[in-house]
Amino acid sequence: MSWKTTTYSGWGRALTATGEIARPERRRTLDALLSDGLIPACGMRRSYGDAALNDGGRIIDMSRLDRMIAFDPATGILEVEAGARIGEIAAAFAPRGWLPAVMPGTGFATVGGCIAQDVHGKNHHQAGSFGQHVLSIRLRTAGGERTISPKDDKALFRATVGGLGQTGVILSARLQLLACKGDVMVVTERRMKGWEEFLSHLDGSTATYTVGWIDATATGTGLGRGVLEEGETGAGLTPRRVKTRAIPVNAPHFALAAPVVRAFNSLYYSRVPARGRTVVKPIGDFFFPLDKIHDWNRLYGKRGFHQFQCVVPIAEAPALRSMLEAIAASGLASPLAVLKRMGPGRAGILSFPMEGYTLAVDFPNRDAARALISRLEAMTVAAGGRLYFAKDSLARGADVRAMYPDLDDWRAEVTKADPEGRLQTDMVRRLKLRSEA
Amino acid sequence: MSETWLILGATSSMARAFARRAAASGAGVLLAGRDRDDLAVLADDCRLRGARMAEAIAFDAREPKGFAGLIDRMAAEDGLLSAAVFVGSMPPQADIDADPALIQGVVTDSFTGPAQVLQMLAPLMEARRGGTVVGVGSVAGDRGRIGNYVYGASKAGFATYLSGLRNRLTRAGGHVVTVKPGFVDTSMTWGLPGMFLVASPEKVAEDIWRAVGKKRNVIYTPFFWRYIMLIIRHIPEFIFKKMKI
Repeated sequence: MSWKTTTYSGWGRALTATGEIARPERRRTLDALLSDGLIPACGMRRSYGDAALNDGGRIIDMSRLDRMIAFDPATGILEVEAGARIGEIAAAFAPRGWLPAVMPGTGFATVGGCIAQDVHGKNHHQAGSFGQHVLSIRLRTAGGERTISPKDDKALFRATVGGLGQTGVILSARLQLLACKGDVMVVTERRMKGWEEFLSHLDGSTATYTVGWIDATATGTGLGRGVLEEGETGAGLTPRRVKTRAIPVNAPHFALAAPVVRAFNSLYYSRVPARGRTVVKPIGDFFFPLDKIHDWNRLYGKRGFHQFQCVVPIAEAPALRSMLEAIAASGLASPLAVLKRMGPGRAGILSFPMEGYTLAVDFPNRDAARALISRLEAMTVAAGGRLYFAKDSLARGADVRAMYPDLDDWRAEVTKADPEGRLQTDMVRRLKLRSEA
Repeated sequence: MSETWLILGATSSMARAFARRAAASGAGVLLAGRDRDDLAVLADDCRLRGARMAEAIAFDAREPKGFAGLIDRMAAEDGLLSAAVFVGSMPPQADIDADPALIQGVVTDSFTGPAQVLQMLAPLMEARRGGTVVGVGSVAGDRGRIGNYVYGASKAGFATYLSGLRNRLTRAGGHVVTVKPGFVDTSMTWGLPGMFLVASPEKVAEDIWRAVGKKRNVIYTPFFWRYIMLIIRHIPEFIFKKMKI
């Protein structure tokens, strides 16, 4: 059976769509599915909101077209099908001294998804975004199949990277991998006692990989406290494999109630000794800490959750602090909160990154949380910042226009590649990304 | 010692996952199936994942003329020779009811075709004193049900064949693993109603790989199907014949 009618969601599970999904396992099958015109494609649906949803329409799940096509050990250039997962590439190539140059927070993300969202990783301050390491993309547009590169097809390439799948179906890509020392991480963890200390350490960090976990429930003098993790790849040690676990059912609503989260966060903070420590971890544990717990999104119960992620310019750090104050005062945050410094690197017209600080916080899907997120979005706009399409499920078109001033350039390219608008998804419709202002 | 796996029906997602697992161990893989273009892509993938050798080769269970070519290609490899059978076909029972001649094809795909290849490979395995045969059957072979009893009967026949082959190869240092998967998330089951406890092809492949290492005889994957089928096999026939499951 080619098409399955089902109700599905993004990772946050707050938004759902009902429609037909096909999951081809061979190129021949995919070509047949696309013979009557373009259909939106998705990967592992790790975007939180509705970027990979097409309510009432069709969508093609690319996750079984996941083969590695070619690799040159002299240059580290890997060609893979779009459905290949970042974690699998890392696992296969780290022992040979290569890693995907940019890895998002989950190894389940596909190459096609990483391109369509121009994702970033814990090394964004040095390495830039995912799309900056993509040498070429094999793309199925309305006009047929073509290979696009940043040199020869600059406009279409920049509309495709971070382009939410609106220029065509991404079939495969050539990626420049990054040389690494081996398949373990040497990680230094330090407590950050508060906001100012956290920012100054993020600014001063010279590590290749840097990420901050932030206790979004701490208020007063503890506001902005957390743990700074700085990592480098290493070799020679083989840490044991950690068993994966799964969340079998939806958790009840009190699983992430405020007192539970506060208690968890205190423990998590104190777990790192006051003087800091250095630990050796398998690569996956550092880059994809939550992948060990399959279906962890069920912890938020059947109503799902939202993640708010914004980036604001360096000078707007006080605005970010105000947002954190609002979050901490609300008592709505979950333990998952991340603070990071970003560099300027971005490869697409609609790419998220800008030089500044990015804050990401998860909230259970409740009225109060949606109201808070709406306030945070307004604060982001006022600070000249941006929201991340990979996470967003609540923003409105008008806000997004202010954040992505080059939207019209993007739309012009997209209209050329998909003139009939067949590739539109729920997110594109919600944010009116393909309509005139 | 180096090992080469002949994988029959390599385009299926279960076979693909198994080929990748074998590739990651450094073994050679000969990917046999009908869609040569698709298998050529998989061969590149297996090589990049660590296979010593990976090649696509034509195989159609209904074309026995081509079987000798597979055996010759295997004979050309040094070291242990192993084979994993993932072929089978399951047309809807209603189609078979309408055209009973379809039974021939189902039996050939699911039993006699692959059995003939294994029969030709067995002397080579014996000569090299080792190697493993993985035969993928189905829980459908454990008891005939109204929904797919032709397919079930073929797989039951194949399982009995494997049991005999195990008896034979064991004396020559070889081994046979009979695999009975439950519901697996493949293109064959995509969108079928009534699926539950569906396992990923990767999980099934990992279970098979572990069973090969431990020289298990018969495995159910995921493991709990052993208990589900234990119950189903023990329902008295006078009750079972009236059930629709």
